Amino acid sequence: MKNSRRRFLQMAGVSALGLGAKPMLNAFAAGGGEGPDYHVATGEDALTAKQWAMVIDTRKLQTAEDLEPIVEACNKIHNIPTAIQNKNHEIKWIWETHYHNAFTDKTNNFLNEEVAHRPFLLLCNHCENPPCVRACPTQATFKRESDGIVLMDFHRCIGCRFCMAACPFGARSFNFRDPRPFIEENSEEFPTRMKGVVEKCNFCAERLAVGKMPACVEASKGAIAFGDLYDEHSEVRELLKENYTIRRKQTLGTEPSVYYIV
Amino acid sequence: MLELAVKGNKWYWGWLIVLLGVIGAGFGLYLMQLKFGLGITGMSRDVSWGFYIANFTYLVGVAAGGVMVVLPYYLHDYKAYGKVTILGEFLAIAAVIMCLLFIMVDLGQPMRALNVILYPTPNSVLFYDAIVLNGYLFLNLVIGWNVLEAERNGVHYQSWLKPLIYLSIPWAVSIHTVTAYLYCGLPGRHFWLTAILAPRFLASAFAAGPALLVLLCLFIRRFTNFDPGKEQIQSLAKTVAYAITINVFFLLCEVFVAFYSQIPGHTTHLNYLFVGLHGHGALVPWMWGSMILMATGIVLTVTPATRKNETSLMIACIVIIMGTWIDKGLGMISGGFVPNPMHEVNEYAPTMPEIGITLGVYAVGALVLTVLYKMAIGVKEEVHG
Repeated sequence: MKNSRRRFLQMAGVSALGLGAKPMLNAFAAGGGEGPDYHVATGEDALTAKQWAMVIDTRKLQTAEDLEPIVEACNKIHNIPTAIQNKNHEIKWIWETHYHNAFTDKTNNFLNEEVAHRPFLLLCNHCENPPCVRACPTQATFKRESDGIVLMDFHRCIGCRFCMAACPFGARSFNFRDPRPFIEENSEEFPTRMKGVVEKCNFCAERLAVGKMPACVEASKGAIAFGDLYDEHSEVRELLKENYTIRRKQTLGTEPSVYYIV
Repeated sequence: MLELAVKGNKWYWGWLIVLLGVIGAGFGLYLMQLKFGLGITGMSRDVSWGFYIANFTYLVGVAAGGVMVVLPYYLHDYKAYGKVTILGEFLAIAAVIMCLLFIMVDLGQPMRALNVILYPTPNSVLFYDAIVLNGYLFLNLVIGWNVLEAERNGVHYQSWLKPLIYLSIPWAVSIHTVTAYLYCGLPGRHFWLTAILAPRFLASAFAAGPALLVLLCLFIRRFTNFDPGKEQIQSLAKTVAYAITINVFFLLCEVFVAFYSQIPGHTTHLNYLFVGLHGHGALVPWMWGSMILMATGIVLTVTPATRKNETSLMIACIVIIMGTWIDKGLGMISGGFVPNPMHEVNEYAPTMPEIGITLGVYAVGALVLTVLYKMAIGVKEEVHG
């Protein structure tokens, strides 16, 4: 009697171990790095691409006033808690900086004065080879296979901030506190976030899904182009063909999808 | 064997009560953090890992350092260490428990921690870190407990333990290697982007872990009826001497590469740490302090006279623990984040609640270590006394 009970417990233990190993084996079988395996329906008007990319014509964005409506459009739609005063806890998806901060490896001592004073927009580069996705231990941040956007699952993120260390562009923000009281004007277009998760620009995936261009593109009055990097007739490819463009920290091999005309 | 841990004098119980008090206070502060968010710490958008991860990294080293008594005993049959291997294994258990707690308190959404197992992601180094740390904890628990029990019963330990013991040796190296890989595989963080990071971590671990063991041995000899042994302490001291020297050598290799090549990405972080950057230099006195402490440690442990004198050896071990903690804890993590990817300087300093939670975690480790050592020493007193 005693022996058979013991035997039963042993078997139960071994079975439990087997069940526990199942998702582990699945992960190895799948090769890892893919997004959460739920089905996402595509809307009729949805805009699609192989790899979304952005070309920012900085010549058309000369002053801080030119950038303001662009940044504001994003902040408003995405419920960015802009009222947070503490710099440490700041959340930003798209923001303004100087040339020498944006292009740390392309700074000359005697830079063209106009460029040196021009404001530059920074945002997530939606890298083709994103180190943040590689680092995430739960696939809460993943590169969407259908269109190359690097997305966040706010409900899966455990807040380990490995992705923030991995991002060479400082594109990610962490909710150090509940962001909701600091949202100045609530938007219905995008969910608010909770404390303890990481967030960043999502190339307006929620707008593309209903046939709209990203908010910053719309607000830029033609200064920012958006399109499929692998469609040679797309607007971005036309611009890349006609203009000399630069990207941030190309040498790191992450293949940023945001291009700048200087 | 647990009954040995509930028989103690008033000092033993007093110490446990003090630790419980610190744990309670730390837990209270943690509840505060859970309610408010990680905003009660000094971390920021730019320095997104701070004191918790720094101490985690340091303690992975302490845990790995235990192998410096296990390896000579089991692989080289260095019999003298038979008396102290259990101390190394139990120190590793306490250290790994602290590591796991530091990871937990650092999570923004700790209740989702099991997502790491639910959605296993083999391309994330954190996935492997979870495996190796938990595995090392398990190995040391099984090995330490069974070997000690066998010693108490006056029999040889079970033969099935042998493969686990051999496995635990490379496993110790793996925990610190994987922990270094968390940092050194990230593009754009040039301070960490060095192939020598894992070796450097191991060198510092094999200095700090055994140094702590020397201090614990000296303490045990003074306050219990069990003597870990003069030879054992001296052998540990030699390990410390080699490891701390190699650690400083590795650091100097980094300095050479950075300043001879003069590539800004490499020099800028070292400049921030040792001379300050754009007027920001909160860590400068700490880093120089660390250098002086480690240099003193080298002189005291390499010189035979000061190594053999147990008072100066004690001082050497204390300065080495402090020096490596500043180097690896304070400097290594903050230094990698400052300046940020846009070359802006935002410094980091831990806040009071953050330090309180950290002390709480250390108190848990001290409590575990005290109880485990009480048992181990109880057995040793029975057998040898």
